[in-house]
Amino acid sequence: MDGAPRSNDATTEGPFLRLGLSGIALLYLALFLVLPLVAVFVEAFAKGLGPFLAAVTEPDALSAVKLTLIVAAISVPMNLVFGVAAAWAIAKYEFWGKSFLITLIDLPFSVSPVISGLVYILLFGAQGLLGPWLYEHDIKIIFAVPGIVLATIFVTFPFIARELIPLMQEQGTSEEEAAISLGASGWQTFRRVTLPNIRWGLLYGVLLCNARAMGEFGAVSVVSGHVRGLTNTMPLHVEILYNEYNFTASFAVASLLALLALVTLILKSVLEWRYGDEIAASARH
Amino acid sequence: MNWSPARLRQPSVIPGFRLTLGFSLAYLFLIVLIPLGALLLKASELGIGGMLAIAFDARVLAALKLSFGASFVAALINGVFGLVLAWVLVRYRFPGKKIVDAIVDLPFALPTAVAGITLATLYAKNGWVGALFGPQTWVGSLFGPKGLMIAYTPLGVVLALTFVGLPFVVRTVQPVLADFDAETEEAAASLGASRLSTFTRVIFPALLPALTTGFALAFARAVGEYGSVIFIAGNIPMVSEIAPLLIVTKLEEYNYAGAAAIAVVMLAISFVLLLVINLLQRWNQSRMRA
Repeated sequence: MDGAPRSNDATTEGPFLRLGLSGIALLYLALFLVLPLVAVFVEAFAKGLGPFLAAVTEPDALSAVKLTLIVAAISVPMNLVFGVAAAWAIAKYEFWGKSFLITLIDLPFSVSPVISGLVYILLFGAQGLLGPWLYEHDIKIIFAVPGIVLATIFVTFPFIARELIPLMQEQGTSEEEAAISLGASGWQTFRRVTLPNIRWGLLYGVLLCNARAMGEFGAVSVVSGHVRGLTNTMPLHVEILYNEYNFTASFAVASLLALLALVTLILKSVLEWRYGDEIAASARH
Repeated sequence: MNWSPARLRQPSVIPGFRLTLGFSLAYLFLIVLIPLGALLLKASELGIGGMLAIAFDARVLAALKLSFGASFVAALINGVFGLVLAWVLVRYRFPGKKIVDAIVDLPFALPTAVAGITLATLYAKNGWVGALFGPQTWVGSLFGPKGLMIAYTPLGVVLALTFVGLPFVVRTVQPVLADFDAETEEAAASLGASRLSTFTRVIFPALLPALTTGFALAFARAVGEYGSVIFIAGNIPMVSEIAPLLIVTKLEEYNYAGAAAIAVVMLAISFVLLLVINLLQRWNQSRMRA
């Protein structure tokens, strides 16, 4: 990533311009990124440690944390299996309609989170297509945990697949073909040959997928129904507290999510620095 | 290659084609395509006339204008500052550069609701930044007797959308700039071009495809954004109400067809955007190879 430092005057800017550009760039980041990040923690501890601890250990907050973890624990593995399967199919074979398939996989990224929630209401809601049938069989999806999981899966759908597809395409098929011709089974080939090649890219995708799954707000908000203690995830709990003017508690829960974001950024950067070559550079985002 | 049009795929010794493609397609249909189909079905209940009537309803039109307009302005701001940031990160050396580089991705990692409440608090009248623009300050008085209101106005919407779109331009321009051939610049300089004209006539044209791609990505993301906007927008109908919020409002009124219609209008515009982005990326890649 680092360009070689240029000492040649003709191909760099004057010292004042360099300083000015660096100043603008850093000020922009400080104002837009660092300041909000600092503000989350300042607001969370504005009234001291006691109210902070009270806010994050209160039963509704704990059940929100629990639900957030459950939702991520279901949706991330589902998208992981899909991501690996889709990347295998796309990278290891040549077939008709492949690039269209890749476009379709990216589709959830260009859909508003609110619409991602809406589609499930239209399908499973009381007035939805399958609503009456679900009601007869006493199955609740909307305003319940399954709806939240589905909406989360939808918004995090492309993360792992789009990480693995370019990586596995770059690696080609020769190693797998060699393993197969030496008598390995398909599963052995995947586990012993492919998996070691893609493990860091896989982890990178899981990391991004998990951060979004735990932090998703819009899609989940539409399908959750905001039942405290039952269908509230952490971001929704933040919203409820904020709308009740309980700012300290709201920022206390928000600071846990900000911490998750920081940990994600650190792990992501470490992966990029140490295993940059093994994570598809073209998929960096 | 014994490929023939009758065969839809080339033969391969690697097993698992049917399993992996079958599973991928089934999952794609169940999670994404069938639900999106339900959306189209619901909206089609209204017919084209009904959909247009909703799309051209004054409140919906105002929301669509705000969503697309504010997204455009935010993407433009990020286009300019994203280019400066990418330039500084690739070309200059300074202490803590790796940390600065890492933090650019914060908007991708920070949950939107957290960003929303924080920006609303910072830019409210009595917030850290908002207070600087109040009527009693020097800066604020420049904007008239009431000072400059940021939160709960369209300006707040632009601000939140600028936050969520910040990484896109930086991350698309960065690799292109890093790969840029120094010899081209040296050649321009040795032929007598000034630094400014080397930039505008040699470097900038090479960066333009990546810059446009980043712009389009930031724009597309901003159009659908919900969580970070609703807290700072104030959500005043006709003034600071974004289109995704209007979908939520229609849902709360149990007007499912209305919600679906707005969603379809937004998706249609986003779909066109996706096509443009794909074309731009192809253009970008072919230029990078050349």
